Amino acid sequence: MTELLRIEHLTITPKSEPGHLLVNNVSFALETGKTTCIVGESGSGKSLTALAVMGLLSDQLQLKSGAIHFKGHDIAHASNVQLRKIRGREIGMIFQEPMTSLNPVLTVGYQIGESLTQHLKLTGAALKSRVAGLLQQVGIPPERAGSYPDELSGGQRQRVMIAMSIACEPAMLIADEPTTALDVTVQAQILKLLDDLKTRMNMGMLFITHDFGVVADIADNVVVMFRGEIVESGPVQDVLQHPQHPYTRALLDCVPDADGKKPLKPIDYAWLNAGAA
Amino acid sequence: MSVTSENNILVASHLNKTYTQRSGRFGFGSSKTKALDDVSISLRAGSTLAVVGESGSGKSTLARCLLQLQPLDSGEVIFQGKNLAGLSGHDLRQERRHLQMIFQDPFASLNPRMKVREIVAEGLVIHEVGTASEQQDKVARMLERVGLSTADMNKYPHQFSGGQRQRIGIARALVLQPKVVVCDEPVSALDVSIQAQILLLLQSLQQEMDLSYIFISHDLRVVRHIADDIAVMYKGRIVEQGKVEEVYAAPTQDYTRNLLNSIPGRKSQAA
Repeated sequence: MTELLRIEHLTITPKSEPGHLLVNNVSFALETGKTTCIVGESGSGKSLTALAVMGLLSDQLQLKSGAIHFKGHDIAHASNVQLRKIRGREIGMIFQEPMTSLNPVLTVGYQIGESLTQHLKLTGAALKSRVAGLLQQVGIPPERAGSYPDELSGGQRQRVMIAMSIACEPAMLIADEPTTALDVTVQAQILKLLDDLKTRMNMGMLFITHDFGVVADIADNVVVMFRGEIVESGPVQDVLQHPQHPYTRALLDCVPDADGKKPLKPIDYAWLNAGAA
Repeated sequence: MSVTSENNILVASHLNKTYTQRSGRFGFGSSKTKALDDVSISLRAGSTLAVVGESGSGKSTLARCLLQLQPLDSGEVIFQGKNLAGLSGHDLRQERRHLQMIFQDPFASLNPRMKVREIVAEGLVIHEVGTASEQQDKVARMLERVGLSTADMNKYPHQFSGGQRQRIGIARALVLQPKVVVCDEPVSALDVSIQAQILLLLQSLQQEMDLSYIFISHDLRVVRHIADDIAVMYKGRIVEQGKVEEVYAAPTQDYTRNLLNSIPGRKSQAA
């Protein structure tokens, strides 16, 4: 077990409003070959945490305090030049919307090849065969390298995004709700693909979702976030079977189960507020 | 189909709809897509019929064709003894009052330049229900019923969250006291926690107002909770239909089995 990523006491605020804690004192670690899921609702700070790891926070936000260690180096305070060597090379990222994160006027083959040229200086035939290999790995016929994004289905576009993100064989993959926009059958395929690639390439995966069903399928460890703070974290079995925090229980209760046995219960925020006070 | 007709509020039989698409070089060619291929469904009064399938299976086309928002190529939709497919103009508008729709995207389906009171009252105005002050009363009561306040009446859609906007969409659809409501993926754009609130709201409104729902969805966990009957669509055809418990317990078609096996979290539950 080697530790790949360690986040310590991460706090993010708007620059204009340093008292407003969007992410508050968040700490967790990720090991090589393991998947950690960050679970939470919109606004819980889960995406901001991931963006901070990539050094992609918007200009309006600041890392107020805390450290992000990746392979033992502090990347929270790394320069843009240093970050550019890490992003795409050491850390790959997949976003939620495969429709909007691909460039519509470039072929998918070109877009997959971009980071290979940038980081590994591959060109010509070597580049072409590497792109073909990547497409094959994500289950797309290599001859589709010349296709444009609009010629592919939603699931295929997400596969292209995955091919791009793993092109340089990164040590870590960050996936921000990669299946939310997809059909349930396609979602199952993409989750399986990500899990297989993680195992085959021995990557660490940071997976962001609001769906505990997805967590159950893919996670080794879970971090539950609520209003910028971690309310509970631990191995997936423990958190799902024996949730300790009332918010985790509430979030689990509002996910419909496939057997229809469990009554639906929306989150009672007033009760949570009273409990937290 | 083996369903008896007296209990059914809406019966659609042998619906067909084909889209013609331009294709080929410069779009000179054309290709046809069968969006609905001999589709028959019936909705029992007071119950919820879920129509499930993946994108492109024709489920949203079915929703739109049932309400005659899109013309059918052939087939009939019988509602209260009348064939909606044969009606037009004034007669169709009369019936539409009883048939309403809740849309998927709470951001795109509300006019950003109208106040909430105008959005919700529009149906009442069009159908000339009561005086202006009666209409405002109805709007206020409906908004309270869906969990908003009368103070919200003078706000614009952008001042609300996604879940609240979906509540406005529900108020807009229900203010005319319709009999049949078509819900086209009403919770798929919402967070799980908000989703649970909206589903429970739809269920309690159904009981209170004696509504019949056609519930379009691709989320089989949601369908299990809200629906009584299910119709599974694939490539424009209904491949399986029946009671929800029965179909989930013993699906007869490979496609349905594949859909059920794709539900996240199932794998680990079984283990």
